[in-house]
Parts: sequence; structure tokens; C-alpha cells
Amino acid sequence: MENIVSNIQGIPLNHYIIFCSLIFAIGVTGVLIRRNVIIIMMSIELMLNAVNLLLAAFSAYRGDASGQVFVFFIMALAAAEVAVGLAIIIMVYRNTKSVDIESLSKLRW
Amino acid sequence: MGAIITLCILGILLLYLGLFKMNKALLPVALVGLLVALGFTLSAWNTDAAPLYNGMVVFDRYALSFSALCIVVTALILLLSKEYFRNISEHIAEYYCLIIFSLTGALLVNAYHNFAMLFVGIEIMSVALYILVGIRKSDFASNEAALKYFLMGAFSTGFLLFGITLMYGASGTFDLGALRNYVTSAETVSPLFYGGVLLMLCGLCFKVGVAPFHFWTPDVYDGAPILITSFMSTVVKIASFVGFLRLFSTALVPLDAFWTPVLLTIVIITLFVGNASALLQSSFKRMMAYSSISHAGYMLFAIVVIGENSVPSIFVYATAYALASVIAFAALILVKRMSGSDQFESFNGLAKRAPWLAFALTIAMLSLAGIPLTAGFIGKFMMFNNVMGSYNVTLLVLAAINAAVAVYYYLHVVVCMYFKNAEGAHAGHTTMMPAPINYKVVLGVAAVLTIVLGVYPDLLLVLFGG
Repeated sequence: MENIVSNIQGIPLNHYIIFCSLIFAIGVTGVLIRRNVIIIMMSIELMLNAVNLLLAAFSAYRGDASGQVFVFFIMALAAAEVAVGLAIIIMVYRNTKSVDIESLSKLRW
Repeated sequence: MGAIITLCILGILLLYLGLFKMNKALLPVALVGLLVALGFTLSAWNTDAAPLYNGMVVFDRYALSFSALCIVVTALILLLSKEYFRNISEHIAEYYCLIIFSLTGALLVNAYHNFAMLFVGIEIMSVALYILVGIRKSDFASNEAALKYFLMGAFSTGFLLFGITLMYGASGTFDLGALRNYVTSAETVSPLFYGGVLLMLCGLCFKVGVAPFHFWTPDVYDGAPILITSFMSTVVKIASFVGFLRLFSTALVPLDAFWTPVLLTIVIITLFVGNASALLQSSFKRMMAYSSISHAGYMLFAIVVIGENSVPSIFVYATAYALASVIAFAALILVKRMSGSDQFESFNGLAKRAPWLAFALTIAMLSLAGIPLTAGFIGKFMMFNNVMGSYNVTLLVLAAINAAVAVYYYLHVVVCMYFKNAEGAHAGHTTMMPAPINYKVVLGVAAVLTIVLGVYPDLLLVLFGG
């Protein structure tokens, strides 16, 4: 464990912040521009994993375990969310035979 | 804590009742469970509030009052469900169970004292709702609403979490008390922290549905079954606001010079977008969705001018709004059952066919519009009073203009009910089938409470020692 922490601290914290912000931004862009629902869900997972990585880095730098515990919360709840989300996508697919977000335009604002 | 545990057990118990085909027992058991939870909530009223379980949750009066409100509103909504769910599907135990689980999440959000509990509470609340919104499996609109709600909910959770992470990176804690210490004692607050505040603001604005993060609201509210819409626009919205207010009032007050301008812009955009779009709607349900956006704008006033009056005023406002919404959606269910449509035209001539229903709906609309002698007026008055106290004249003028605009579309329904005659297809229905007894009870209770709170607002304010 000490070894891992010192390995993590071998890279400057700023690099983690920039790297995770980039992954997060890629995820946000993916949600906004992709049309396939499955890929949108993958992008959302990318956002959450960027958060997990950053939390672990902060946690290691501060020597505070609570950040890593929070990562477990996020993983567990993200899994629950994905389970429900995939069920919803299957339900939609049965009715529309498509996972394209454009096929859902009955309700318009 | 007793209330949260009761509700968890109640949800599982309801599932078992469904398994053993005791459908008749579902509603009574759910109501008894809610009563027990309400009892636990009220019995903790006079105890000293200290953060429990390593500072995870705190049951202060703020949390308890809003928890009680959420439980009461859920009970009213469940009372409406008696025949409603049976028309949708065979498996009705799941509805009750999911609504109760969602309420559990709402209670957790009300009482959080650590970001972990905020996150867990919001997720419990929303994951149950994703299913409830899409519960009409073969209905296209319901499908679409569920998918949109799920994608937007998960997306906003991402922002919320990134905000939490950045704040953790700057301060090294998830605890609200420790965050406050950090904000007040640090010589320079790290730029990471400011970024975190902004991202959390975005995430929470998504959750409460204020412009410019509102675009999912009308679609989801429109596509979901009416009863679920009423649950979403009352309990879930109130709980999200409570979480929002608790974060800003406990931890972030010293930074108000930073976030007040941002929030002020959001409020002004929300009021105009909500009201202008509500004016253009021809469907009552969609109008209610946009009106819920503009009400979210008014409730944000309490956060913009944060102070000791914020909690009582947001409580009164939320109570008035929730009662009026329950009446409006109950009336919509009855009208839709008869005419099969939720357009304004289906309300034509309702005053002749069902005078009491029309009267209750009128009270609700007046309360939503903020006309004196209704609870909605007191809520708006307290909000405006806060803004006046902070000498924010621009906001006050803009809010007054919007309140005037809102009167127009709320009274549109009243005009339809009293001054227009049913035409065409509805003309044949001169008598409406009588409302079931549970609807009468809910409509009566909510309407009477609206009037009583409008005349004697002290009944609520005494809770906060005011």
C-alpha cells in the first residue's frame, strides 16, 4: 500500500487534475454530440470514472481514506444506475426497434 | 433516523405483500407505514440535533420539518393511487414500493451532513423514479420520458460528483461542518474549490430543473403517468431544494460574493423561460411542468438572498406549492379519465358538471398564482420580502412582472371551467361520474389546508420559532 501511494505521489497532482478534467470533458462531449444511446451511457460512465480517478489521486495525496471510500459509493451506485438504464434502453428498443436518440421525438419542447 | 429505517422496511414489506397477492392490503399498509414514519419524524422534534454516524446525517428542525412535509405529501399522493395504478398494470406492489424507496432517498437528502449521503440520497431518489417514469412499458411517451430522465439524471450526477471531488481536493473533507471551517478559516480559498462550487451548482440546478438546465423537465413531466408527475414535481423537487439550500446555507455562505451573481442570472432566466413557455402551452399537464420551472425560480430566491428567513420562507412556499400541485394533478386525473385528454378544452364547463372539483381547482390555481387568502400568497410574500430586505430592486421588479404573467395562464383554466361551455365531443357528458371518495378526501384536505395556511400562516411559522 505504501508503495502504491508513493507511486501515485510520484506524478504531480496537477497532472491528475488536468488528465481527469480532460476525460471528464470527453465524456461530456460524448453525451452532447453522440446519437446512440449506448454510447451516451458509455460517455456518462467515462465522466464517473474520471471522478473516481481524481478522488483516488486526491485521497492518496492527502493521506485521507475517505476519498477512496467515496469511490466505492460511486462504483456501487453507478452499477445500480446502469442496470436500470439498460433496462430502460431495452424497453425503448422493443417499442422503436432502434437505440438512436433521434427516434425519440414524440415529445417536443 | 427512525423514519428512514421504517420506510426502508416498509418498501420491502410492500414487495412481499405483492408477492403473496395481497393487493387489497397494499394501500392501508403503506399509509400506516407513512404514519409511523411521520410519528418518528415528529418525535425527534425536541431533541438536540447533532450529526449522527460520524457526521453522516443530522436531524435538525430544518431536516425534520421538510421530511414531515415530504411524508404528508406522499401520503396524499398515495391516497389518489387507489384505482389509478390498477388501470396501468397488474403488478401494483412495485409502484408503492418504488414510491416509498424514492421517499426514503428524499428523506436522506433532507438530512445529509456529508456529501456521501447527499449523493446516495439523490441516487436512491432518482433511480426509483427512472423506473416509475417508464412504468407504462408499451406507452411511447412514457418510454421516451424515462430515457430522457435517466440520461439527464445520470449526466447531472456526473457534474455533481465532479464538483464534490474538486471541493474535496481543495478542502480535504466531505463533511459540511468541516467545509464551513475550511471556507471561513483558509486565507485563500483554492481555485479548485470555486470550480467545484460551480459544477455542483450546475448539477443541483439540473436536479431541481431550473433554466437553462430545465429542458428535460417538460418532456419528462408530460410523458410520465400523472400521479408520478405529481410525486416528481412535489416531493422530489422539494427534497432537491432542501439539499441545495443546506449546502449553501451551511457551508458556502462566506463565498456568497462569488456565487450570488451566477445564481441571480439563473433565477432571472428561469422566471422568464418558465413563464413565457407556460403561456404558450395548450396542454394543462405541460403548463404545470413549465409552471413548476417558474416556481423553482421563486424558490431559488431563498438561496439568492440567504439568511435566517430562508428556511421558513422556502418551507411555506414548498408547502403551498405541493398542496396546490396535488389538487391540480388530482383534478387532471379525474378530467382526463372522463375526456381522455389533458388539453385546456377538456376543462370547459367543468364548473357545471362538477362544481366542487372546479372550486378546489380554482383554489389551487389561485394559490399557485399567489392571490391573497391562499397559502401561495404567503409563500410568495415571504420570498419577495426577503428580496426586499436585501434591497435587490431589479430582482424584485422582474419577479413581480413574472408573477403578473403567471396569473394569466393560471386563470386561463379557471376561465375555461366557469365561462366556457363544453362543445363537441364533451357536450354529451352533462353529468360527470362522481369522484371516488379518496379523491374527495384529498381534494378537500388540500384545499382546506391551502385556505387555512393562507389565513393563518403562523400555524407553520411557529415551527421555526417565528
